[in-house]
Amino acid sequence: MQSPMEQFSIRPLLENGVHHFHKHDFIFTNQSLWMCIVVGVSALFLTLAAARPRLVPSRMQSVAELTYEFVANMIRQAAGEDGMIFFPFVFTIFVFVLFSNFFGLIPGSFTVTSQIAVTFALACLVIVTVIITGFVKHGLGFLKLFVPHAPIYLLFLLVPIELISFFTRPISLSVRLFANMLAGHTMLKVFASFVIALGAAGGIFTAISIAPMLLIVAITALELLVAFLQAYVFAILTCIYLNEALHLHDSH
Amino acid sequence: MDVTAAKQIGAGLACIALVGAGMGIGNVFGSYLTGALRNPGAAASQTTNLLLGFALCEATGLFGLVIALIILFT
Repeated sequence: MQSPMEQFSIRPLLENGVHHFHKHDFIFTNQSLWMCIVVGVSALFLTLAAARPRLVPSRMQSVAELTYEFVANMIRQAAGEDGMIFFPFVFTIFVFVLFSNFFGLIPGSFTVTSQIAVTFALACLVIVTVIITGFVKHGLGFLKLFVPHAPIYLLFLLVPIELISFFTRPISLSVRLFANMLAGHTMLKVFASFVIALGAAGGIFTAISIAPMLLIVAITALELLVAFLQAYVFAILTCIYLNEALHLHDSH
Repeated sequence: MDVTAAKQIGAGLACIALVGAGMGIGNVFGSYLTGALRNPGAAASQTTNLLLGFALCEATGLFGLVIALIILFT
């Protein structure tokens, strides 16, 4: 039987598809294919949904409008009205993560966000945006973010802690998404292997194998929730970090 | 001790992270219900914080999983 980690392996799709460029190999893999599908489908869906806007929206248009409203409210709540200049950025990240999580749930597909390379690249993008925004908006005053309001003798302790907590953010942000996807899909695969093993055992065991089957259905429903929740958490943490860069310690 | 055996014991020990995650998630939902039953009017506005707290707690347990995987596969 295949190991449950088998589903995360990256394989090249095309024969002779290797291109060399400065000692690096460029290969079209299943990862690249599913990334293209995710980006293509989400772009196509939103374009079609907004193509012929009507006053009384069609079903597709109202889904797109709901997504827009959802992200817009999230930014207004977490980062204030002037955080809305980051709407395209947050919306892109949210839709990309959401679609790749959902596409990963299709049996036989590949979960783009279960690769730490992808999530870490996204998290680095967020942190670099936060740092650039902070320095553009406040100049060197952005460094005050690392100095909390506290007595001076406590600052020797607090400033290093603030620095560490700031620079571990890309790690926690990326590992959270990646580990959730990895754990969920591994769990599904492990329970699926129970069904096959029990079903092949024959007799009373074949009848029992309905139990893990039902459990898989329940866990898939839970995974749908987790897929949405993780995209939401990724987006709202982006908003919270942007809020700190925009307003430093004072709330908006 | 055999290196493979030590690795598997280590990976098993990394699952102790689930203790903290379980307590954290229970605490998040328990505190939310306590607050929500005392003041149902304010409950709806706190679902954002509820989900955020849940996801942050859950992720802490998953860091243990990542460490287990690193131990097993390196």
